[in-house]
Amino acid sequence: MSAGRPLLDAADLQVWIEGSHILQGVSFSMPDRGVTALLGRNGVGKTTTVKALLGLVPRTGRVVFDGTDITARPTHAIVAGGIGYVPEDRGIFSALTVAENLRLAERRPGEHRYDLVHELFPEIGRRADQPAGTLSGGQQQMLAIGRALLNDNKLLIVDEPTKGLAPRIVREVADAVARAARQVPVLLVEQNLSLVRRVADRAVVLDAGRVVHTGPALELLDDADRVRALLGVARTAGTPRAPGAPGAEGTADARGPAEETVAPGTAALPTPGAETEGRRTA
Amino acid sequence: MSTVVLLVITGLGLGALYFLIASGLSLIFGLMDVLNFAHGAFLAIGAYGTWWAAEYLPGAGPAGFGFLLAVAFGVAAGTLAATLVELCVIRPLYGRHREQILATVGLSLAVPALIQAVWGADPLTFPKPELVSGAASVLGVHIPRDRFLLILAAVAVFAALWLFNSRTRYGLIVRAGVQDRAMVTALGIDVRRSFTLVFAIGGAAAALAGALGGLYFGVVTPTQGLSLLIFAFIVVVIGGTTSLTGCAIASVTVGLIQQFANYYTVAGLGDIAVVIVLALVLLTRQGGLTARKSAERVA
Repeated sequence: MSAGRPLLDAADLQVWIEGSHILQGVSFSMPDRGVTALLGRNGVGKTTTVKALLGLVPRTGRVVFDGTDITARPTHAIVAGGIGYVPEDRGIFSALTVAENLRLAERRPGEHRYDLVHELFPEIGRRADQPAGTLSGGQQQMLAIGRALLNDNKLLIVDEPTKGLAPRIVREVADAVARAARQVPVLLVEQNLSLVRRVADRAVVLDAGRVVHTGPALELLDDADRVRALLGVARTAGTPRAPGAPGAEGTADARGPAEETVAPGTAALPTPGAETEGRRTA
Repeated sequence: MSTVVLLVITGLGLGALYFLIASGLSLIFGLMDVLNFAHGAFLAIGAYGTWWAAEYLPGAGPAGFGFLLAVAFGVAAGTLAATLVELCVIRPLYGRHREQILATVGLSLAVPALIQAVWGADPLTFPKPELVSGAASVLGVHIPRDRFLLILAAVAVFAALWLFNSRTRYGLIVRAGVQDRAMVTALGIDVRRSFTLVFAIGGAAAALAGALGGLYFGVVTPTQGLSLLIFAFIVVVIGGTTSLTGCAIASVTVGLIQQFANYYTVAGLGDIAVVIVLALVLLTRQGGLTARKSAERVA
């Protein structure tokens, strides 16, 4: 990978779903290291953007990944090019066992990082023969992240990993995301700003299907007025960055572990999937 | 007692025939969400392919190894037809259910018409090897031998499909794809390749049903596939669209009900009895006999 070239470059992504213009020209790029957070109120098109990047929804525009134009490629070819994807609904196959869920994700023979997955999530290893549908929400999320880490990917796309999880599990998942980010660049869709503050280097903010802000994540989160204007959050607070996490040096915020989330907002356009759900309490 | 034994074994034979057709139909619907009305055409191609090979293919014949070769030819013809249909007709129409129905219904009418144009509408006598001719005595009851062959073939196909589903990577992809095709694709898997394979497997099972159905009925007709397809659809609905075991249970249930009802009531009431069972299942268990509540997820 040549220095300075973005890992992922999306240009003028447009998506129409059932007559609604969901993405109205989303353009952004992300570097080949660290965590880029995709932020915005409910229904602004974050999940649709991720799906458009992966070709999971019909779209126009252009997507370049690792120097290659992948716009015309089918989803399986895009992913096989080195992308691990953790969808918003986790995408766990409930009728398969935990081991089968992982085996399904194996791409190239002999190059699977089971050691890393079991080290990060020992629970997953212990429950290998259990049907994935009987796992708790947190365990399912660990399985989904573990599945994405199984292959030697160039990029992880993680869509709302803490959604609907208990606070204790949120911390475990956050640890896993922070650890994963040390190995591979991550595009993180997240409404839990505490997690964003902890792990993200850059932020891309969407509103009504367009990118309205890009820049360093902490710079955005420390600007209360801008956060209120873009995300509808009344105050910023956060947890310290994980030691060793990207950008941790000199950025610790000791204001405590208060969880903060993006406001439900007043998105003008309907968005498919769970982005239309009410805000969860993390 | 002897009547009951006769009805049970012939009912199992008929159920075996239904299973051979319905298993492929169920796989195709479960994974690909395609209501394949052309499935009966694969059966007809298998039946006529076997008949033709037994008559004209060098090395094949109506008896012994020659008949096995004829059956292999018929199955190969049905498999090839299914593969071509998936690649040329179904693949461009994924997600377009109305067009799929129109296309497959069209094929289900066109193939028998084509067969009729070539070999005529009259039933053709199907070859019957000596091994499966006549009757075998079970508990003092004379049972046609071909029923046992059908049962054996269905058990073998069930075992093969079970092994395919549970022991192979393609089986894993199929089981996952039944639940969420998009997510399988998002794991970097070209699910279309599995679709073609599943269609080919379904076509092979239907073609085998055509060949063995020829033994069962003694004749082949261009519309045999169409009439059997109706019962195969009933089996799929009763058994649940994603369960091989459900499909097997439903096949046996339908076969037995038909035989017993036809014998103990009036001929023809067996078909009505099956439709009544279908209605009861639809009213009480919409996902079929093997439907289960999805596992509770605890956040």
